[in-house]
Amino acid sequence: MNRTIILWRLASFAVAAGFIALWQLIANLKLVSPVFLPGPDRAWAALVHGFSSGDLCSKLIGTLEHMAYGWLAASIAGVAIGAMIGSSRLMRTYVAPSLEFLRPLPVSAIIPVAIAMLGLTQGMALFVIAFGAIWPIMLATIHGFAAVEPRLYEITRSLQMSRLAVIFKIALPSASPDIIAGMRLSLTVALILSVVCEILAGLDGLGHWVLLSARSFRSADLFAGVILLGVMGYATSLAMAVAENRLLKWQRVGH
Amino acid sequence: MTIDRAKPLLLPLTVLAAFEAWARAAHLQSDSLAPPSAIMAALIGALADYSIPIATRDTLFSAFAGLAVGSLIGLALGIAFGISDVLNRLMEVTVEAIRPIPSIALLPIALIALGFGYRMEIVIVAFACIWPMLILSGAAVRGIEPRLMEVSRALRLPPAQRVLKIIIPAALPRIFVAFRLSAGIALIVAVTVEIAINPIGLGAGIMLAQQALRPDLMLAYLVWIGLIGYGLNVLLILAQRRLFGRAALG
Repeated sequence: MNRTIILWRLASFAVAAGFIALWQLIANLKLVSPVFLPGPDRAWAALVHGFSSGDLCSKLIGTLEHMAYGWLAASIAGVAIGAMIGSSRLMRTYVAPSLEFLRPLPVSAIIPVAIAMLGLTQGMALFVIAFGAIWPIMLATIHGFAAVEPRLYEITRSLQMSRLAVIFKIALPSASPDIIAGMRLSLTVALILSVVCEILAGLDGLGHWVLLSARSFRSADLFAGVILLGVMGYATSLAMAVAENRLLKWQRVGH
Repeated sequence: MTIDRAKPLLLPLTVLAAFEAWARAAHLQSDSLAPPSAIMAALIGALADYSIPIATRDTLFSAFAGLAVGSLIGLALGIAFGISDVLNRLMEVTVEAIRPIPSIALLPIALIALGFGYRMEIVIVAFACIWPMLILSGAAVRGIEPRLMEVSRALRLPPAQRVLKIIIPAALPRIFVAFRLSAGIALIVAVTVEIAINPIGLGAGIMLAQQALRPDLMLAYLVWIGLIGYGLNVLLILAQRRLFGRAALG
């Protein structure tokens, strides 16, 4: 059983390698102008060169920092605000509908407003990333709080638990799958907004790197940056999946 | 009943009224804020001089064209992967390698290959729309009642007929849910591309208003973009209910 899975994986890697070979062939035959499409060999060389000179490394760390700070701020604020709204019937009637109305707003539209308020600064990027990443987390928290088994709430009433105790002992643990799913969604949002903010504000990061490479037609550097962004997206979502597995283990044990 | 319906409106109306009162009392002079009445006036002005309608047309055209291209590609691949387990397993690594690339990272590539304008925006929107469509329609095809597939085999339907007559109708409710998701993504990506770099549409309009230090016009654009996003969402949810009823929930 296990061996077949490994064999399929290997076959799948072989197919991916085939696509890369095809890409190399197209680049070698110059079917597409090399100004736009460098071969994988040139992209790889640019990647290695960028890392050995330390340039790409600092850009990578820059983007990671923007993304991580914004996402962490959004996670903390999103869970706190979501818990506040979700645990109160009054807030759920009066505040939650307004939030639902704001949800489909393309969050990048807030960027000009943030620029007008904060200028082209790190603070602006942080605000935009946190603002964009907060929605999935906050709405998931509200939803998770609303979906808690009603009998658990009855128990808290008969035990006369305080509101804080209810939130920390009952509602948060039972809403944690929703919250973590929301955090995973907003990770993608945070990465996209980091790149956009770097492009617009010229902040140190991969977004700025790919734009500069494009402006000066260094397509190999450009592809290296894009590949690195893909790796980042993959690595962060993988890390999130591992964390989710760890954190929610107790839930599966009970059933 | 009417009171219950009015409750959700209470908060936004109070906030707007308080903000208006504060702005008038403090004689607000700002590059980033404007009282709601000024925003309303700017919105009506921009609607009347056709600048917002033209920008809306540009944005929606790019978003929908990208959505059409991306969801067709995603749907075709999704159905193929859903039918053939071999293909699905062979392509897994390739898909997993390309999918996590943030759509906006393709912007510089599209920029040097296609230049400014509709085409680069459509390409980026299409790229973003492929993935939800591919994954969800693949799952929808795999979730089709196996007896339906047995029927199609018993009838000896040729593959094209099987896809058109059995697979697509059976998976359609869930495919529509994927389409609704992609439509939301399409609008978001289109506006983001315009804000980042492309000088057309609503995103460019809001950036221009900001650079011209017109907070009233900038916020009017923001309100309008919000209304478009909300309207599109409501429209698609209504269409889903009308067309599929409870079938789309599964």
